[in-house]
Amino acid sequence: MHPFQYLAPTSVAEAVDALARYGDRARALAGGTDILVQTRTGRFDLDAVVDVKRVPELTALALGEDGLSIGAAVPCHRIYEDAEIAGLYPGLIDAASLIGGIQIQSRASLGGNLCNASPSADGICPLIVHYAQAHTAGPNGRRSTPVEEFCLAPGQTVLGTGEFLVSIELPRPPAGFGAAYQRFIPRNEMDIAVVGVGSSLTLNAAGDRIEAARVALAAVGPTPILAQAAGDSLVGKAPSIDAFREAGELAADAARPISDMRGDVNFRKELVRVLTRRTLTTALERAQS
Amino acid sequence: MTTAPTPQKIILNTTINGQEHQLLIAPHHSLLETLREAAGLTGVKEGCNDGNCGACTVSLDGRIVDSCLVLGAEAEGKQVQTVEGIAPDGQTLHPLQQAFLEEAALQCGICTPGFLVAAKALLDSEPDADEDRIRLWLAGNLCRCTGYDKIIRAVQKAQG
Ligand SMILES: Cc1cc2nc3c(=O)[nH]c(=O)nc-3n(C[C@H](O)[C@H](O)[C@H](O)COP(=O)(O)OP(=O)(O)OC[C@H]3O[C@@H](n4cnc5c(N)ncnc54)[C@H](O)[C@@H]3O)c2cc1C
Ligand code: FES
Ligand code: FES
Repeated sequence: MHPFQYLAPTSVAEAVDALARYGDRARALAGGTDILVQTRTGRFDLDAVVDVKRVPELTALALGEDGLSIGAAVPCHRIYEDAEIAGLYPGLIDAASLIGGIQIQSRASLGGNLCNASPSADGICPLIVHYAQAHTAGPNGRRSTPVEEFCLAPGQTVLGTGEFLVSIELPRPPAGFGAAYQRFIPRNEMDIAVVGVGSSLTLNAAGDRIEAARVALAAVGPTPILAQAAGDSLVGKAPSIDAFREAGELAADAARPISDMRGDVNFRKELVRVLTRRTLTTALERAQS
Repeated sequence: MTTAPTPQKIILNTTINGQEHQLLIAPHHSLLETLREAAGLTGVKEGCNDGNCGACTVSLDGRIVDSCLVLGAEAEGKQVQTVEGIAPDGQTLHPLQQAFLEEAALQCGICTPGFLVAAKALLDSEPDADEDRIRLWLAGNLCRCTGYDKIIRAVQKAQG
């Protein structure tokens, strides 16, 4: 591994400076569970690693009237250990508690999961179905991007030189909202998703009609996919297994999987159908409880 | 692009097993390398060096982490606990260590320090963890020798 400097800025401005100074010879370090592996395997050859955890905004976790703000470096365990967050953002909890094992969850952040931009990332689809926005800062100031538009290709994001992720913001879910994330892996824990699906839906006050829905897919394309048609197909309908099945068909149409050692195209599409139906069913149960 | 000169070593101030240490380390070295090479604590083991096996598990400010996936520099001002700090007075074994011996929960022993540090963290926070919980908690620790059952039995024995 190429030896690198360790920089630990304490403000957003200092972090932007450090990242901009080294350009593509530097990367941010949050929990380190991807980046340290990647520097060792030679995927990145760096002169500097910029630890963003000493920037207060990056480790802040705040639940307010408007919603939830997750500092980009907040580790998974802080999210699932908060009972109030767990009640409001069930899709997020599903993901935060299945990334790696306990040691990984002590460190791994959803921000790192998003910036790593792996097609099979477990954290990104749940953010999408919770309507999350990514707040970034860079040499040109701050901006916000919907999470479904953040990843451009495997390992590539909208982040420009010197720009980094500050926080992820999720609106407060309305009454009648439910969400879920599930993945298929051949083991019980500690594996990479063959397919992952996140779903959410919002019921009307009477609980007999779906007012909004989202379905997002992992590991079936170069980036996580918001299956717009699948979510839209549910709007205005009564929640039913037939409606969920139809959404599963539309989600499978939106999937662009490849065949590899984890599964072939047909198997992955079938998993999309099954997991869409199952996550919508769980989201419905959660919306009703 | 020209390669930057090798970065200078840095001074790390950290507390390991209750003792303050000042160590000279390379900024790109992991906490695992820092503990073994700079602090001379070879109880912490390297298995995979990529976060999968848990042999390098230590506690960092009270949470278990894979020390191969932490930079030594990140331990600045923090509390680190390794297997060397588990026995209460350096003489008597911790109940987990005693139970591992009695239940033959180790063969080659490479995985053992990681299992002990991880299991201790669980029993400290959830003394009544049931078998499912113990198995889930230890899913990030691999053992190629024992087949796990003896390890789980040892942890349950240490619960008393
Ligand atoms: C044993 C093991 C098991 C794993 N299991 C899973 C799993 O089940 N599911 C899953 O999805 N992933 C898994 N991972 C991958 C990894 O843990 C996750 O992707 C994790 O969420 C990454 O977060 P981090 O904070 O550790 O990121 P880091 O490693 O710190 O960073 C990841 C990437 O994002 C960049 N980055 C980080 N923070 C910022 C920022 N604020 N601004 C800009 N760029 C930034 C870094 O430069 C790097 O390129 C696993 C990894 C290991 C080692
Ligand atoms: S050596 Fe760190 S997890 Fe294997
Ligand atoms: S005793 Fe040999 S790996 Fe566990």
